[in-house]
Order: sequence, then C-alpha cells, then structure tokens
Amino acid sequence: MDFLKDPLKVAADWLLGIFAGWGMAELWADILIAFLGIFVLIALLMLLDILLVWIERKVVSRFQSRIGPNRLGPFGLIQPFADIIKLLIKEDTTPEGADRALYNLAPILSMMAVLILWAVMPLAPTILNVDLNVGVLYIIAAGAIGTLSIIMAGWSSNNKYSLIGAFREAAVMLSFEIPMLTMMLIPTIFAGSMGVAAITQAQDVWYFFLAPLAAVIFLVAAIAELGRSPFDMGEAESELVSGYNIEYSGMKFGMFYAGELLHAFTFGGFWAILFFGGYRFFGLEQVSAFLAIAILFFKAFIGYWIIMWIKYTLLRIRIDHMLAFNWKFLTPVAFTLLMTTAFMNALLADAPSWLYVGGMFLSNVLLAWAALETARYYSRREREKVEGTQKVAPT
Amino acid sequence: MVPLSWYLIFSAALFSVGLFGVLTRRNAVAILLGVELMLNSVNVNLAAFWRYGNVTDIAGQVFAIIVFAVAAAEVSVGLALVISIYRKRNTVIADDLDMLKF
Amino acid sequence: MTVDQVIFLAVALLTLFAALRVVTTGNIVHAAFWLIAALFGVAVIFALLNASFLAVVQVVVYIGAIAMLFIFAVMLTRKEMRDRGPQLNPNWRFGALLAAVAFGGLLLIVNGWSGVTKTASAVPSDFDAVSALGNALVSPDAYVLPFEVASVLLVAALIGAVYVAFNQK
Repeated sequence: MDFLKDPLKVAADWLLGIFAGWGMAELWADILIAFLGIFVLIALLMLLDILLVWIERKVVSRFQSRIGPNRLGPFGLIQPFADIIKLLIKEDTTPEGADRALYNLAPILSMMAVLILWAVMPLAPTILNVDLNVGVLYIIAAGAIGTLSIIMAGWSSNNKYSLIGAFREAAVMLSFEIPMLTMMLIPTIFAGSMGVAAITQAQDVWYFFLAPLAAVIFLVAAIAELGRSPFDMGEAESELVSGYNIEYSGMKFGMFYAGELLHAFTFGGFWAILFFGGYRFFGLEQVSAFLAIAILFFKAFIGYWIIMWIKYTLLRIRIDHMLAFNWKFLTPVAFTLLMTTAFMNALLADAPSWLYVGGMFLSNVLLAWAALETARYYSRREREKVEGTQKVAPT
Repeated sequence: MVPLSWYLIFSAALFSVGLFGVLTRRNAVAILLGVELMLNSVNVNLAAFWRYGNVTDIAGQVFAIIVFAVAAAEVSVGLALVISIYRKRNTVIADDLDMLKF
Repeated sequence: MTVDQVIFLAVALLTLFAALRVVTTGNIVHAAFWLIAALFGVAVIFALLNASFLAVVQVVVYIGAIAMLFIFAVMLTRKEMRDRGPQLNPNWRFGALLAAVAFGGLLLIVNGWSGVTKTASAVPSDFDAVSALGNALVSPDAYVLPFEVASVLLVAALIGAVYVAFNQK
C-alpha cells in the first residue's frame, strides 16, 4: 500500500539500504540516488517524446484527412523508432563558416530548456520533484534559455535565413513572455504562493472557473512561446525555408524537433496545473501516486491536443501583426486583468466561496467582452480608413 | 558552509574584471558588457551580506532588486544610444566618437 | 571541504573565467555569449546563498532580457566591425594595472574588516524570503519609495530608449 502512495520514497529508502550495505557514506548515497532519479525521469520523458512524435503525426494526418503512419507495427507505432534510426545514421553536416562550438551547443540547450521545466512539475501529491517557492518564475527562466538556444542556432549557422528566423523568433518570445508571466501571476494571487505545487494544492475550485480569460491568454502566449503555428515565425517554411534550424541535420535537428514536441506537451501540462487542478481530480489523486500521474498526463494530453488543434487549423500571422497583437492587445488586456483580479481578490476576501467564484468569473467575462469590443471598434475604424482610400483610388 | 570572505573575494575579482573591460574595450557595446559584470558583482555582495547578516532583515535582497531595475534601465538606454550613434556615424568604436573634441 | 564549498569554488572559477573571456575575446558576439555564462554563474551563486528569488530573477531579467538585448545590439552594429583589428585600447596595460590595483585595494579592505569571519545562521524554517521580500517592497514602513522610484526610472528609460533609437525619416 505504501508503494502505491509514495513510490519514490519507498524506492529511495530501498536504494539507500542497498548502498549503505555497500558501505557507502550517506551523503554520497543521497547524491547518487538524486542523480538516479533525474536519470530515470529524463529517460522516461525521452520515451514519452518518441511517443509524442507518433501522436503528433497521427493527429495532424487526421486533421488533413489522411491516415498517417500505418505500415510499421500496429497503427504505425514503430514508425518513430525508424525515424530515430534514420536521423542517427544521417550525415552530420556543419556548414562552412559556422561557429562550431555555438553550433553544437544550441540543440543541447534547446532540449535542456524543455527538460529543466520538469524539475518543478508536481506529478503527484507525494512526487513534487523540486518544490521551488518561485516555481512560476522558474518556468519563465527556462523559456529564456530556449530563446538563447534559438539565437545561438540562428547566428552560428552562418546563414541569412536562419538568422532572420532566429531574430523573429526571439522578438516573438521576448514579447509574449510578458502576457504569459502576467497570466501566471493570477493563479499566484489566488493561491498566495508562487510555488507550482502550492498552486495545485490550493485549487479546490479549478482556476479556470475563476479566471477563464487568464487561461485563454496564457494558452495564446504559450503557443507563441513554443513557436508553433499560427505563431511559427522562427521556422516559417514558406518564407524562410526552415528558419533557425535550416542548417541542422541528423540528430541535431532531431533534438530541436523532439524538444519542440516535448515543450508543447509540457506547456499542456503547465496549463493543466495552473488552471485545471493539475493532478487533482475529486480526491482520486489520494488513492495512488500512479493514478495522480495518470490524471495529470490525461489533462496534459488534452492541453497538448488543443495546441495541436490550433496549430493545424489556423494560418500563420505576419510578424508585424503578431507583435502588434501582443503589444497593443494582449499585454494591455493581461495587465488590466491582473489589476482587476487583484482588486476583486481584496474586495471578495471575506465573501463566501460561491460569491468569490461568481464574482471572479463575471469580472473575467466582462473584461473579455470589453476588450473584444474595443478591439472591434478600432479594427473597424482601421478598415474604414483603408477601404475609404481604396474607393478613391479607381476613379 | 562557504566562508563570507570567499564571496567577497569572488565579487571583488568579478568587479575588477568588469572594470578592466570598461577601461580597455574599444567597442561601446563591449564597454556596456563590462558594466554589467560590475553591477553583478555588487549584487553578489548584497546577497552575501543579506545571508550572513540578519536573515529576517530583507534589505539586501531589496537592494539587489533595485540594482536589477537600474541595470535594465541602463542597458536599454545605453544600447539605444549605441544604435543611434551607429546610424548617424556608422561606428561603435568609442575612440572615434570625438565630435566634442577640437 | 564540504559539498557547498566544492560547488562554490567550481562555479566561481568558471564564472571568473567566463568574465575574463567577456573582456578579452576578440569576437563581440562571443563576448555576449560568455557574458551569459558569467551571469549563469552568478545565478548559481545566488542559489547557494539561499536567495532563490534573486537567482531566478537573474536568469529572467539578465539572460532573458538584458543579454538578448546585447546580442541584438551586437548583431545590429556589425557592419564596420567584423572583429578585425585590435579590440583593446592601445593603453590596455594601464587599464589592467588599474583593475589590479582596484582588486588589491578591495582585498585589503576585506582583510582589514572584522566582520569577515561572520558565519551564516541557518534560515528559520518558518521564514519565507519571497513573501518577506514582497511585503518589504510594498510596505510603507519599508521600501515602497525606492520601489516606486525604480518603476518610474524604468518607465523613463523605456520612453527614452524608444525616443533615442527611433528612426526619424
């Protein structure tokens, strides 16, 4: 029963017993066990990543009325392994004039930026990984490393397309970080803590019902941060061939690709944790840690599916429109929402929970409506301006 | 536990390296890089004094946060100046910017 | 030597090496990337000092924003300067001397100060540095005025930077 509740502690104690039997000092045994834990987590994540390749390909083919991989193994499940073998035996090229050290470092950093996010992911009530009290900021910090890897890849490739792609992507990521961080502060206000685990534990009511607008803005900003369509400025295929990773081949490209997929899934997970209760589901998480992980992964897959749905449905937005959308619409709305939420939180601090939830929900809906109306008013005025000149032109 | 003096020596070394960069670099952007190193060394000192003094008195961390804000402001204005100068004079070498000299 | 000391020494030496590369390397883009390495090192030092908030803000603000700005600025101002020619002043020896004197002076001050042997007391288990910091920044009895001044400074810098760098046609 203990193993079902807290498998990590049981395993650690068991290992500690074995290592102590070998006459190892407790300090070194602890360090070794921590490393083993990290190793196992990363190995499992990599396995998940291989599965994600298959899921992504299956889902996109369904969106495009195809079947997708279906030859190798049942439902084409072996296909991603074949892909990996292909990537591994491909020629590993380095372009002429590339900056070798940075060129080789970039894919590693890109993968690392995703993997370190899992350090703060609370998987179950007993498996919190690292319970950092600034977890929300940590997520943004990991995103900064991702931006760094893209700039590195773009510059060191010594290729104009990749440099343009990297510049665009970095501009997008820097701008969309602001609404994303602002939206992460809203669960922080509700939970009274920046720790991701504390936010999960405080969610007796899913924060989606308290702040639906925040959840939507967070998702939009996260998609931009991931560099996925409709915000895939970094690798706009029709303009930049392949963007910042154009010069990469073999497993180095595979690192970027796998990193992107795992990043999308991870942000599905963080969306679930911040706004949909994480591993919590009507007390089921208390039964077993494995059940809690399954609940979290189920929610994360739903978030991932929504990100894919948006990716394969919408067209790419032009870069200036995208930055204007962020600075003139998303960021002001995010700041207004943050102020409104803080104000309502202080106002309704002593109110019964139904009033609290209702007030928060209504204020969000009202703000969303006002923001959309304002945007519509301005866009209509803009359109009339353009159409007015067009009417003049032919005569 | 790491002795306090190690932090102070580390921060002094970082400060001196930054000072060297500020004094000797020709590129204006590189001079700003040196200034960043110096600001960082100050932050290390502030955090170390907070940790080794009275922990419940949060002043050291507050000062460090203010330094962050000042660094961000300094970099944004400094780089804007560098880019503006580059547009007008097509150089970022600090020695060549001698319009005020006769 | 304890684990803390080993980690500190390794990180401090790497940080100083990266800082030296920042000020000596000929390639300015490399200098900017070395600066990022040095800033990471300082973030680890903050983490060693139990200042987790500072460590994370260091990564977010310095690496995520300031270093990115540097890389952008370096790449935008590179027509003239393809890393040819000397990167240091002709009188760099004088600069090195001055830096060495500054280091020596600081060492002397550290050496002469009586508080240097102070040891850190353990952080109280019920003390939350992040919430204490947040309270201190907005409490009128503490640091709300510097905080507001910093925000005014940031707004002024924002407007000033946009005005200075704006390309008037």
